[in-house]
Amino acid sequence: MKKNGLWLKIGILVVALIGLFVINLYLDSYKVKVINLCAIYVILGLSMNLINGFTGLFSLGHAGFMAIGAYTVAILTMPLEAKTMNYYMKPMVPFLLNLNLPFIFALLIGGLMAALFGFLIGAPVLKLTDDYLAIATLGFSEIIRIVFINLQSITNGSLGLKAIPQMTNEFIAGKLGLASRTNLLWAWGIAILTIIFMQFLMKGSYGKAFKAIREDEIAARSMGINLFKHKVMSFTIGSFLAGIGGGLLAVHLGTIDPALFKFALTFNILLIVVLGGMGNIYGTVISAIVITVAMEALRFLDGSMNFGFFTTPALPGLRMVVFSLALMVVVIFKRDGFIKETLEKVRGRYAKNQ
Amino acid sequence: MLKINNMTMRFGGVVAVNELSMEIEKGQIVGLIGPNGAGKTTVFNVVTGVYKPTDGEVLYGEKLEKISHLPPDQIAKLGICRTFQNIRLFKELSVFDNVFIGSHLRLKSGLFSSVFRIPTYTKEEKVMIEKAEYLLHKVGLYEEREEKAFSLPYGMQRRLEIARALATSPKLLLLDEPAAGMNPQETQDLMEFIHNIKDEFDLTIFLIEHHMEVVMGICENIFVLDHGNLIAQGNPQEIQSDERVIEAYLGVE
Ligand SMILES: Nc1ncnc2c1ncn2[C@@H]1O[C@H](COP(=O)(O)OP(=O)(O)O)[C@@H](O)[C@H]1O
Ligand SMILES: [Mg+2]
Repeated sequence: MKKNGLWLKIGILVVALIGLFVINLYLDSYKVKVINLCAIYVILGLSMNLINGFTGLFSLGHAGFMAIGAYTVAILTMPLEAKTMNYYMKPMVPFLLNLNLPFIFALLIGGLMAALFGFLIGAPVLKLTDDYLAIATLGFSEIIRIVFINLQSITNGSLGLKAIPQMTNEFIAGKLGLASRTNLLWAWGIAILTIIFMQFLMKGSYGKAFKAIREDEIAARSMGINLFKHKVMSFTIGSFLAGIGGGLLAVHLGTIDPALFKFALTFNILLIVVLGGMGNIYGTVISAIVITVAMEALRFLDGSMNFGFFTTPALPGLRMVVFSLALMVVVIFKRDGFIKETLEKVRGRYAKNQ
Repeated sequence: MLKINNMTMRFGGVVAVNELSMEIEKGQIVGLIGPNGAGKTTVFNVVTGVYKPTDGEVLYGEKLEKISHLPPDQIAKLGICRTFQNIRLFKELSVFDNVFIGSHLRLKSGLFSSVFRIPTYTKEEKVMIEKAEYLLHKVGLYEEREEKAFSLPYGMQRRLEIARALATSPKLLLLDEPAAGMNPQETQDLMEFIHNIKDEFDLTIFLIEHHMEVVMGICENIFVLDHGNLIAQGNPQEIQSDERVIEAYLGVE
């Protein structure tokens, strides 16, 4: 039915990937970094959209799952020297000290760890209503941060980790002399795989069942859909992708610490999802790119500004104020906004089960 | 096929259904009538597992096994499906998807088979698609299959709900006021349609209805509820001449 459309989209993605490869050769390293960050936010936006947009769950724990992915990747890929350099306050546990895996395996394990935690958090909470999920995931994400601050011999506590190795690919690096730029291909390669994954997931019967749950839980249940099983599946996959996004972010930044994974990070992703449209794959991709680029472009808002006759003092956080306002405007003016859906769900729950 | 034993459903102080006992035989079309607030929808909600009865039990199947402790999705898998008095479609999804999702409960393939489109999944999906298309033709909504469910007019939404319920391959179909809001011609068509699907899919049908001509016209057996109590049961002639029914219900109308 829509088969050709799907393949066309995939074709566009492949062309885009090749385009990126070319861009990679000519742009300066700052621009490459921004483009790289776009890919990471595409993955993160899609993972949250799967949970919140497609399945209608209200999860606020993204930063926590990202932290798990980020730390896993950092710890598993850092060479011995980097580790001894980082862990000067309290030595690292010997088992992890000597553990060293190729990037792609470390990333996969990061995703799987996040998925495991997603499952462990989700399974008890998803039996209850969504309001509990929001509270539990928010709490979880904060607890993970505190735990990471205190697990000094594993995470290096609040000092964080520095000098996380880049995602180099010997072949590409050798051939093109682009050692520091293969990140981009990894990030976008994985972002495109994620987009394709989401396309196929939502096209199939399970994806449609997720949407049915979002639309009307009572009807979905009465049609034989096991709400709990499907919610756990969606939530676990979403957590996996959040872990992958977190792992890529760790490598992209080269430095991570627990303060990075505060609620503000979850909020950024929520912003992408809301602006892109709940349950809209391509909307999310576009809004992830737009927001990431805009966040960079609007960096000047945080600094002091010179208007010729007067100079404003530096206002760190003004950027976020602007974005929060954007979120509110979208929610108020866009009819299929997030708040509206959430409110309807809440109202529906208390309405009579006719 | 279905047996309700001494079932009571209480909501706080309100006794919605009081010690109801009734039985439905396989292949019957059975009606449940009574004034507004009599407890009819509550009976459906208990049978489909939306509510656990305060007291008593519901038995179902050839061997009449207890189902009143099961969650709704398991009851649906056993072959009981329903429509809702206040239509509950998957509003934002297409008409086609609404029916397609109806057969998801019979899917054997797992999630990753669906994402990677493994042949065992695509084979199952093909059957689901054909079934959905067949049912859409059957209820006359094939032309509207790409439209969103909420955009359909009311009567069509009711038919779409029946198609979605049929997609679950039920043995017992519960219809909650299927003719509500329909004009006499539509009501007439609906009666024929109900007979037709009953024969084609080998169904037992249990329906709540306010239109007397529907109930009297197609139901072999009728149960009458008033304030949660079963006040009469029998065939249409018996019900029409029952003193208590006339008093409580028919006379008032
Ligand atoms: N979830 C509920 N909570 C409280 N009271 C309910 C609930 N569902 C039904 N009732 C009450 O039970 C009684 C029967 O309702 P219902 O079964 O919907 O009647 P009918 O379908 O015959 O019109 C009504 O008094 C109604 O207010
Ligand atoms: Mg009712």
